[in-house]
Amino acid sequence: MYRQLLLWLHISRSGKIARRYFVVNGFDGALTLLGLNVGFYLSGESNLPVIISACLGAAVALGVSGVSSAYISESAERERELHALEEAMVRDLSDTDHGRASRFAPWWVAAVNGLAPFLFGLLIILPLWLAAKGVALPLGPIETALATALMVLFFLGIVIGRIQGAFWLWSGLRTLIIALVTAILIYILNP
Amino acid sequence: MASIKRMVLDVLKPRHPNIIDFARTIADLGEGYRVVISVDEVDDKTESVMLSVEGENLDFEAIEQAIKALGGSLHSIDEIEAGGSGVDSAARPQG
Repeated sequence: MYRQLLLWLHISRSGKIARRYFVVNGFDGALTLLGLNVGFYLSGESNLPVIISACLGAAVALGVSGVSSAYISESAERERELHALEEAMVRDLSDTDHGRASRFAPWWVAAVNGLAPFLFGLLIILPLWLAAKGVALPLGPIETALATALMVLFFLGIVIGRIQGAFWLWSGLRTLIIALVTAILIYILNP
Repeated sequence: MASIKRMVLDVLKPRHPNIIDFARTIADLGEGYRVVISVDEVDDKTESVMLSVEGENLDFEAIEQAIKALGGSLHSIDEIEAGGSGVDSAARPQG
């Protein structure tokens, strides 16, 4: 089964696509949660259940959006590719590894695209939830959530750097700069 | 019945999986299968290959099924070698 999955990933070339989606949508999720927490920090909101609900809502929405958008676009793309290959092979490929790979790939890519922002979102929410449960944190709950978001973004920067073959520290710092620019924009626009 | 020791097949296959994975899949079909694939022609989405399989007792149906499952089409059987154990090879080009 594992070998079959690897073959389908190879045929559909969805491994690379899923990796790209993981980084792009994971980045979206972490940056959105960072923005939310910056907003809460600047507004002086300290009601943790409200903050957790808002962050969880955003993480779930990003996850569902990631799954549905990736599935719709990938399944259309895969169907088109399979038809083109069927024309070239002059045969029906639905009952072959190509057919199965083209049905499997959209689900795989959709799962990665949805889970990345959701799981990174949960990671950023974790300090807020721990604080709400009475666990003592080294910083305030929102500050810890902000630090977690920055760490996630730094990690994603390193992943991007590895994909590019660039120096990991520079690519990590680059995503941190984007996060800081986002925070500054929110601060400037904050009423 | 004499067993098949060697066959050369003309196959049209999609570019993916590549001939490495294609050869591995065919070779895994039976104990001691040896596979050689040479590419004759490459197109945008497909490639024509000569698939040569050797073994003590080749299962033609399983090989044909694997080719189909990998998205390929068997165009022709170009060579076959059959015989009992100890019988010398008798390759005969199809013509």
